[in-house]
Amino acid sequence: MSGYSALALLKHAFTGQPWPRAWRDPAPKEAYDVIIVGGGGHGLATAYYLAKEFGIRDVAVLEKGYIGSGNVGRNTTIVRSNYMLPGATEFYDFSLQLWNTLSHELNFNVMFSPRGQVLLLHSPDALDSAARRGNIMRRHSIAAKLLDRAAMQDLVPHLDYRPSARFPIWGGLMQPTAGTARHDAVLWGYARAASELGVDIIQNCEVTGFMREDGRVTGVETSRGLIKAGKVGIAVAGHTSRLGEMAGLRLPVESHLLQAFVSEPLKPLLDYVIGFGGHGHFYISQSDKGGMVFGGDLDMYNSYAQRGNLPVVRDVAALAVSLMPCLGRVRLLRHWAGVMDMTMDGSHIISKTPVDGLYLNGGWCYGGFKATPASGWCFAHLIARNEPDPLSVPFSLDRFARGAVIDEAGSGPTPKLH
Amino acid sequence: MLRIHCPFCGERDHSEFTYGGDASVDYPALSAPVEAWIDAVYVRNNPKGAHCERWQHSDGCRLWLIVERDTLTHEITRVAPARAAVAALLK
Repeated sequence: MSGYSALALLKHAFTGQPWPRAWRDPAPKEAYDVIIVGGGGHGLATAYYLAKEFGIRDVAVLEKGYIGSGNVGRNTTIVRSNYMLPGATEFYDFSLQLWNTLSHELNFNVMFSPRGQVLLLHSPDALDSAARRGNIMRRHSIAAKLLDRAAMQDLVPHLDYRPSARFPIWGGLMQPTAGTARHDAVLWGYARAASELGVDIIQNCEVTGFMREDGRVTGVETSRGLIKAGKVGIAVAGHTSRLGEMAGLRLPVESHLLQAFVSEPLKPLLDYVIGFGGHGHFYISQSDKGGMVFGGDLDMYNSYAQRGNLPVVRDVAALAVSLMPCLGRVRLLRHWAGVMDMTMDGSHIISKTPVDGLYLNGGWCYGGFKATPASGWCFAHLIARNEPDPLSVPFSLDRFARGAVIDEAGSGPTPKLH
Repeated sequence: MLRIHCPFCGERDHSEFTYGGDASVDYPALSAPVEAWIDAVYVRNNPKGAHCERWQHSDGCRLWLIVERDTLTHEITRVAPARAAVAALLK
């Protein structure tokens, strides 16, 4: 497998040879040192860092469907680290640092575009609260800038600044280093780089149970037969409870639907990622193809359907035209839903489990995509060393029993509200 | 749109209702060991399939209901008032 470069591009242009496949398609071996269940962004990132940083190359990633068929291809591609609570701030900042060099790291253009994200502020109180959030970020060396109304009007001129605006703009909190990335490319990049390091990516291989000896996990039962493993990591957010059940674990997770939307392509209109919260929930950015990519709240009931419901479409459309009236006649191209692990405190889980040899990565709520690199890194560390990385210590499964929840939204043990 | 048959108001859109989560959770006695409380507050079965859940008809009669719904197909198989006394009254 050859590296991608300008030279390689020229060579292929002149010789007209087809590009070789980007990752191998092996049959499962009888046994591996480590099996990762779930061929999404987090699973493949974990496998990549296991091979690259922790020297474990005898790794298989098992995917029920085809890689990238889950949430890594269903998100709104936003990458940011404007978190406020201890643990979350550091974790997402580490992720952002990895994003900055990810294209070079993987030799694959993940189209990371740190264009800046602006959180809209609609009252003087919101400005005060955002100043506090910004200060917490800056204490962690994360860039943050409080913008007044005039600065907002200059930077994001297409919001509704009329006196009659439903949500009057008082200002914004800008994280200039936040942005977007091409979600599919992130997955493909990790898959290709992991495969090159010897990781077996096995698609159409559904895990149906765990093999155990003396309480320890010794492998997995799959739709393609039994595969032995020294250690098994679960990275199947959306279906974490189902895999947990196979191992006899009951978890602090509910599965909910989150929809996302993309409009027909438009000429450049919106230079930043915009976030809106508190009076509703809405976030929007413009993709490189010109589509407006946006989303809102969960469907608000437990579901595994990957099929969104219409009240949310109405709410999100109403917020879109309230905040950016110029979108009123833009046509929707597609909308879809993904199944989210919603945890009881709105934060993720990277943790050992009560079962020996079984490790858990899940509970990503709305925030999985931006976490992909750090999640993979921390999960690989946990599996390789059997000890959590300092960044994932706060996100252990036992934090609920210890009363050490990390509840950024402050909404209590009600998963749908995070 | 899910359509929920409220025993008092009749069949209505689910957007009139507020979701109240898993109805199979039984809160323990105040004197119960802390593990029982951790389990009730934080841990859920989260089934893929039949799910027994609470909904309140918040834009209607405000009754709390127990709804049996499939979390994969969204098919609703049973709706009943959450309080037995109310169920008896409506009979």
